Parts: sequence; structure tokens; C-alpha cells
Amino acid sequence: MEIVYVYTKKRSEFGRQCNFSDRPAELHVDILPDTSLAANFTVRDPCNVTVQCAEEMSEHEVNTERFESESRGVNHVEGGWPKDLNPEDMEATIRYRKKVEKDEHYQNTIMQIAGLMEHCCKQNNATDIYQEFFEDEDEEVMEESEEQPSAKTINVFRDPNEVKRTATSLSWHPDGNHKLAVAYSSVEFQRAPNDTSFDSYIWDIENPNKPEMTLKPVSPLVCLEYNPKDSHILVGGSYNGQIAYWDTRKGSQPVEMSTIEHSHRDPVYKVIWLQSKTGTDIFSASTDGQVLWWDIRKMSEPTERLVLDPSKKGNLDSALGAVSLEFETTMPTKFMVGTEQGLVVSCNRKAKTPAEKIVCTYSGHHGPIYALQRNPLFPKNFLTVADWTARIWSEDIKESSIMWTKYHMAHLLDGCWSPVRPSVFFTVKMDGTLDVWDILFKQNDPTLSLKVCDEALYSIRVQDNGRFLGCGSQLGTTTLMEISAGLCTLQKNEKALVSEMFERETKREKILEARHREMRLKERSRSEQSREDEGKEADGEESAAELVARAEREFFDIMEAEKKKEEKERDTVKDVLLLE
Amino acid sequence: FNGGWQTSLRSPVLGDMVTLFTFCAEVEDTLKRIQGINGVIGTIVVNAEGIPIKTTLDNSTTVQYAGLLHQLTMKARSTVRDIDPQNDLTFLRIRSKKHEIMVSTDKEYLLIVIQNPAE
Repeated sequence: MEIVYVYTKKRSEFGRQCNFSDRPAELHVDILPDTSLAANFTVRDPCNVTVQCAEEMSEHEVNTERFESESRGVNHVEGGWPKDLNPEDMEATIRYRKKVEKDEHYQNTIMQIAGLMEHCCKQNNATDIYQEFFEDEDEEVMEESEEQPSAKTINVFRDPNEVKRTATSLSWHPDGNHKLAVAYSSVEFQRAPNDTSFDSYIWDIENPNKPEMTLKPVSPLVCLEYNPKDSHILVGGSYNGQIAYWDTRKGSQPVEMSTIEHSHRDPVYKVIWLQSKTGTDIFSASTDGQVLWWDIRKMSEPTERLVLDPSKKGNLDSALGAVSLEFETTMPTKFMVGTEQGLVVSCNRKAKTPAEKIVCTYSGHHGPIYALQRNPLFPKNFLTVADWTARIWSEDIKESSIMWTKYHMAHLLDGCWSPVRPSVFFTVKMDGTLDVWDILFKQNDPTLSLKVCDEALYSIRVQDNGRFLGCGSQLGTTTLMEISAGLCTLQKNEKALVSEMFERETKREKILEARHREMRLKERSRSEQSREDEGKEADGEESAAELVARAEREFFDIMEAEKKKEEKERDTVKDVLLLE
Repeated sequence: FNGGWQTSLRSPVLGDMVTLFTFCAEVEDTLKRIQGINGVIGTIVVNAEGIPIKTTLDNSTTVQYAGLLHQLTMKARSTVRDIDPQNDLTFLRIRSKKHEIMVSTDKEYLLIVIQNPAE
């Protein structure tokens, strides 16, 4: 209901000066209470009202402009000496000191404060007042406190270049985890402007303003890995298919690069260090369908080559493009490759013939498999992240995964297990969210879901202690986050519970698989039987036609029944109205 | 004995030289006593300008401690007085992993003692 007040003014009076005058109040609208509305309310007794007699305060958070600070040393010089005294002059200083000592005031003061001091010193010797009383009880207290899982951003490292590139791969420094190597490249085909920088950086996590070191490859790096045995060596796979390795002691240029003729023909999406005596072996995968093994001391040609041809003929044309690799140091002969086509290929390195190298494939994903990793404590189970889901597989079941997440609204672009807790894994999505999943706590939804940034997150890597993780985004922003203690400390019974869960799901899949196989056999035998019956073709056709006719008849019968019901209802309503 | 000499401070000038002399010894004794307590690493007496008057540590360490603790004591004192202007700082104890730094303060002088607390 609109309350309107209308006033009129003569057109001839427009533009005239306003003469304001006072007048008594006028009642324009009086809306009386409608007592019938009171019927919608009931009296509430008692009412709980909280009252606080305290100052009201509010909390605000402000983010300031970036403050660049630098560490510098300062040289301390003795000061405070009176102007006429030269501090270098030993005699003069001694004389001054003696003079002060003779002062009465000095002596009184010293006696007083020395008394207090003596008391405290003796006190310290008597009992250790800072003794830790609750050291043993600390663990229990930790378990009892159920804190909400949370994660907070510690630092943000931005791409210093004008044209931002995607942070496609992250690698933590193997000792101490104080450095993070980030590979930057433009993932969209030919979308990058000509003057885009090719550099990748190594960041010191304490200093987000400037990278600690720059790596200058010939072509942008798509993946970058520290050598777990030697923390000065890094290997990177670049966009043009070459592999290069750096020694941080030798500078920004690569020490050696693989020759173009023998390298990959497509960007190298993943490179992993192998376990070997010399610590110089790596293997790399690319969408050109090859997996190549290299020894970094001799980069002129690969030591071994595998073509991912599912038909096992070594035919490069029908090969699957590899997008991710998996290698577990406890199982050095086996490795897995995640392909563009959505298949996971499990391979055996020590097979005698190339055909036997490809052991089996796991299918179930609809798109390229961006991440592939075995569970650090249960190597039989591995995690794949692709299209809109993340799936957990068991090595024995090849038809389908044993556990999977629901289909999300955005693509999942990377994921990894937590190195300390077997039930926790992380995934990042195209809408910039980081999801932390704890399968013992909740299977349908992530335990914690955080929006890290507005653009897509392309890569994620967890530190070995499970506490810190870095995620890289489309605009080259790497965010360093710390997750709450609950998500990175092993709970009691966790290993047992997780292994039970995996076994249970594996069993379920096995049973389903067996059932499917049975059904398929039955179908086959039935279709064979019907083929025998096809001798009586006419009957066959009639039976089909009869079926159709029967279906039609049934449909129309149901329609008729419904129509009659509606009419009856309408009649009864009419009768009721007439009665009134 | 102590009390007797203290009251004699107010006695006429003649006795003053004697009392001053003994008092000087008293101060020395007290400081020596503190240095002798189990666990004490060093003792420094600093005046209001930050000049170390007496010290048992080497020069560079003394200068560092004197400068830094002087500033910290000023800050602590101003904090205490900000909260309650009638109040004043008397003692400051800094416990670190390795040892404990104790600062006993007065308007003009600072007595700094570094002690390794009992295990």
C-alpha cells in the first residue's frame, strides 16, 4: 500500500523563491492495527534475551600496501660518554668510571638493586620456575581438542613479469623445505604474446618480494623437479620437448640440454627422478606418446624409450599422449602413466620385450589425467585427478575405480596425497578452490574447501611434513598455505581404518565385476539362443509387432483410466459447490 | 653492622671519608657475591647514559648488552608507567633458551646479570 502526499503548484509560480512557513502537524494516513493478524502469533513465555554490560567493540582487518623490507647490519659504537671525553682514551674512561664509583648515590642504588638481584639469582638456583609440567600430557590434550580443520595463507609469490604465465609445476627443496621451485609457462597453445619471458624461479619462502634465483631455459618450462638426493640439481621439461638440468651453484643457464632430434616432439608434461646408484637418472613423459629415460650426464640421447601404444606394436601414430607419470621408489620396476585419453597405463620397466612393457590399463576417466599418485602408505591404491572427479583405484581392479568423488562444477586440475596421513588428499579446481578431502571423516564432500584465488589453480604440491602446501595459479601466483594440525597429524588407528576402507571398497568392486561378468555371459548365451530361433522369422516379426501393439494398447488404457478419474473428481467438486 | 653504617651516612663530614671507603668495599663485595652465585655468567652496571661502569665480561659484549638492555628497559618502564603513572619498573627478567637475563633498575643505574638457570 503506497502512502502518497500530493501538493500542487501553479505553473505561473514555478521558479519563484520558496517561502517556508511553519504549520501544525496534519495527519495524512492512519493505519490502525488489524487485530485479526494477532491470530497468527502466540505468546512466548519465557523469552531468552542475552544482555551484556560491557563496551561494544568491533574487530577489523586491514591489508596494507606491500611493504618491502631488506635486512641490513648495523655497526654499534660506544656512546653516552660526555662530550669532553674521548672513548678511545683508556685512561680517561677508567678515570670517569672510578669517579662514578665513588659517588654516594651510586653506592646506595647499587646496594638496593643488588639485594633484589641476589634474591632472584638465588631463587633461580632454588627451583626452576619455568619447568615444563605438562609435557607428557600434551599429546592427550591434542587429541581431545577437536579444532575445526582450517588452512591459512602464509605467503603469496607473484610472477614478477608484466605478462603473467601459469605456474604449471612446483617442487619443494628436498632438505629443509625453505625453497620452492616454480615452473612458469603458458599452457594455451599459441596464446602467449611474443615477448613473454621464459624464466622460471626458485623462491625463498621467507621472501615473497623477489625470487631467490632465476632459471633461464631456451623454452618455457612446463615441469620442474629437485633431485631428492642432491639439492643443488634441478631438472626441467620444457614446452618444446627438450629436457634441461640446472645446478644452482653454476648459475641461471642450464648445465646441459637434451638434443632436439632425440627429445620429445610435444611439451614435456612430467619429469621424475629415478632411484639409482648414481642419482642421475630421470624419465620424462609427453603428449607425443613417448616415455623417455635419460642419464643427465649424457643428454645427447635417451637411454631408453617406450611408446605408449595400447596395441603393443610400438606404433607412434596410435600412441596415447602422456600427461602425468607416477613412480614410487619402493617399487622401482613399476611405473604408471596417465594419458590424455583418460586411461592409466601401468608399465613394467624390466620387461624383456617392448610389448610386455605395458602391463595393463585402467579406464574410467573422461578426460586427460592431470595427476596420478600412489598413496604413500598404501601403495596398492592410487589417486587420479581428471575431468570433474578425483578417483581412488586399487591395482587389482581394472574396470573401475574403487572410490570416487561426485562430479564437480569445475574441472579438477591437480591433486596429491598428504605425505603424513593416508586418508587425506588435496585437489585444486579450475574455479580457484582448494579442496582437502579426508576419506575417514566424510566421503561425499571435501572436509575443507577454500577459495584461494579467482583464477584457475593449476598445480599443487605438499611439503614432506604435510603441514605446508603450495598451489600455483593461472596468473602465476603461487600461494603458500599452512593447514591446521588436525589434518597433518596421524590419528590413532588411522592406518587400520584406511586399509579396512580400501579393502572393503575393493571387495565391493570385485563383487560387482563378477556380477557384471555373469550378466554378460547370460546375455551372450541368450542372444545366441535367439539367433537359433531366428529360423522362424515370421513368428519373430510378429512377436515384435505384437509387443508394439500391446504396448500401445496398455498406454491408451492407462490414459483412459486417468481421464475418467479426472472427470469424476471434477463432478464431485461441482456437487460440493452446488451444495454450498 | 650494615644498618649501623647506613645510619651513619647522616653523620657529619669527618666520618664521611671513612664510610665512603667502607661502602665502596661493600659494593665490591656485593657484586662479587652476585658474580659468585652458582650459574651467573656475567654482571654489568650501567648508568643512565648507557655507559657501563662495572663489568665482568669483555668490552664488546658489555657494550652490546648495555646498549640493547638500556633501550629495552626504557621501553618497559614507559609501558609500566603508561598503564599506571604511579607505578614504576623495578625488575625485568628475560628468559631465553640458553640463559636468563635479569635487569634490576633504578632511576639512574641498571644492574644486569646473566645467569644460567638450574637444570
